[in-house]
Parts: sequence; structure tokens; C-alpha cells
Amino acid sequence: MLTNFAALEVGQHLYWQIGNIRLHGQVFLTSWILLGALLVFISLGTKKMENDPKGLQNLLEFLWDYIRDLARTQIGEKVYRDWMPFIGTLFLFVFVSNWGGALIPWRLIKLPSGELGAPTADINTTIALALLVSLSYFYAGLSNKGWRYFEYYVHPTPIMLPFKILEDFTKPLSLSFRLFGNILADELVVGVLVFLVPLILPIPVMFLGLFTSAIQALIFATLAAYYIGEAVEEHH
Amino acid sequence: MLAFNFFGATEGGLFDINATLPLMAIQVVALTYILNSLFFKPVGNVVEKREKFVSNNIIEAKNKLSEVKKLEADLLTQLQSARTEAQRIVSEAEDESDKLFKEALELASNEANASKEKARLEIESQTSAARDQLSQQADDLSELIVNRLILEK
Repeated sequence: MLTNFAALEVGQHLYWQIGNIRLHGQVFLTSWILLGALLVFISLGTKKMENDPKGLQNLLEFLWDYIRDLARTQIGEKVYRDWMPFIGTLFLFVFVSNWGGALIPWRLIKLPSGELGAPTADINTTIALALLVSLSYFYAGLSNKGWRYFEYYVHPTPIMLPFKILEDFTKPLSLSFRLFGNILADELVVGVLVFLVPLILPIPVMFLGLFTSAIQALIFATLAAYYIGEAVEEHH
Repeated sequence: MLAFNFFGATEGGLFDINATLPLMAIQVVALTYILNSLFFKPVGNVVEKREKFVSNNIIEAKNKLSEVKKLEADLLTQLQSARTEAQRIVSEAEDESDKLFKEALELASNEANASKEKARLEIESQTSAARDQLSQQADDLSELIVNRLILEK
């Protein structure tokens, strides 16, 4: 029973077939549960907004302030307002996914195939997030500076052109693989340790996992904001 | 059991990219709009309203403080001028009363001197009158005595 409980299934998915397309069901299941919880939490906190904040509203205001500071320092005073919801959503989504994957004992729920876990431990999710970031910074640059955005590619000298073009590919690649790798590795380490020594020993690693999860959410949001900030920055 | 199946499987694997990717992207974009209307806008409104309120109050308080300082300075100068004015009035009054006192004293002493002089003169005249009368009477008496003595002889 214990071995069943601790068994690891890597690279197996719960497939949903809709017409011609196939989906990883476990990713959507966990993301819906976690995002549902997040939305309920936020709805409760913003239900009765007061000028003199209490309880949940205090926490949400702290979170809002944290995200604003992150967006403002990376993107700059001028346009951070437009991008704050996107950066904040990235941060909250990644954070909730990572922590939800680490804190909730998903393995107690049996699936016919694959297992529930952090949605960010699936490469599809992280690539989706990374591509959204890429689209965002292109859009931010083009909408703010028009065609002058492409000056960025030859700044400060045209020698930079190939590297800057290469960067457009490495940015989403590194974003997605960093997040995917960290979260998957964390799940695997905890899984292997639980499988080998089910008691006590995995606990410090689990705490390390929580730390990594929070840091990864911060890194993802900060880098996304930094890329957008880089795209809207005015060169002189 | 540990079942590592990284690559190569016809179905599944760690890098199995399929329609989950675009759907997840759509889900995140939808979440952005939902969170914007549910979280970022309302909380931002409240926080920014409060920040504006606080900064307005600080500005107002600073204005009031400077006004108070100005009024205080005004008051201080007024107080100072009032004080010098009061001093001036007091010294003036002192001078005045001094003068009045001296005048009254002089007047009184003059009057006293005059009445004293008058009384002395009167006493003198009365004394001389009395002396005249007395010598007259003495003359009369001596004449009487002389006459009587002469007549008796």
C-alpha cells in the first residue's frame, strides 16, 4: 500500500480526447481547482472594500502593493500600469500552481492514468506562459514605440543584431524550462525521497521545495516584467 | 513503482506538447482579465484613493502648520509691540504723576508759606498795636500818677 502511495509516474498523462485534439487532463483539473480557490479567496477579500482595511483585504492590499512594486521597478513609471495585471496574474498563477502542487496531497486522489500535481510541472503550461510573455513584450514594444522598437536590435551597435534575435528565442526557452525543470525536479525529489524513506526525511526537502516554488514564481514574474521593461525602454 | 519514462514513448513523456499549450495560454489570458476586474482594479482603486487621501492630508497639514507658524510670528510681534507700548504708557504715567506731585507739593508749600507770612505779619501788627496801646496806657497812667502826686502836694 505504501509503495503504491509513493509510486512515481513521470511522463504519464491523463488524456482527454476532444474531437481531434488531445489534452493533459490532470493539468487542467489541478489548475481549475487551484485557480478556483484563488478566485474564491480574492472574491472574499474584495467583497467589502473599506478605506480602513481589515483581515483579508489587508493581505490582498499587501499582495497588490508587492506586485505594483515589482512591475514598477522593472517596467518603469510610465507604462507599468498597463502591464501590472498581466505580471500579477503570472506571479499569482505560478505561485498558486507551485505551492498548490507542493502543499496539497494530490497523490491521495487516484487517476486512471498519470497523477495530479503542480500545473507548472507540465511543459505545456510553462511554454504557454513563456510564449505569452514573448507576445507581451513584442506588443508592449510595438505599441509604445511603433517601428522604432526595432532600434532595440541594433542598440548600441548593429553587431548586436544576431544576438538580440537569438535572445527572442532563448528568452521563452529559458523561462519555460527554468520553471518546468525546477518544479518537476522538486516533485521528483520529494517523490523519490518519500518512496525511499517515507518518514521525516522528506520534510526538509519539502520545505526547500516550498522555498523554490515561491522563488520561481518571483523569478518568472520579475523576468517577464524585465523583458517588457526592456522593450518599452527609450534609448537616447 | 518508480516508472521513469522520459522520452521515446509513443504516447506521453515529459515533453509531450499538444493542445494543452494553447488552451492553457487562453486560460491564463482569461485569468488575467478576470483578476484585473476582480482584484487589480478594485484593490488598486482603494489603495490609490487612500494614498491620495493621505498625501492630500499631509499637504493640508503642512499648509496649516505654516499658517500657524505665520500667525505665531504675527502674534509674537504684536505682543512685543504691545509690551513696549505698555512700558511707554507706564513710564509716561509715572512721569505725569511725578510732575503732578511736584506741582501739588510746590503749590501747597507756597500756600503754606503765604499763610504763614500773613499770620506772622498779622501777629506783628497786633503786637505793635498792643505795644502802642500799652505804652499809651503807661503814658496815661504815668500822667495820672504825676498829676495826683503833684496835686496832693
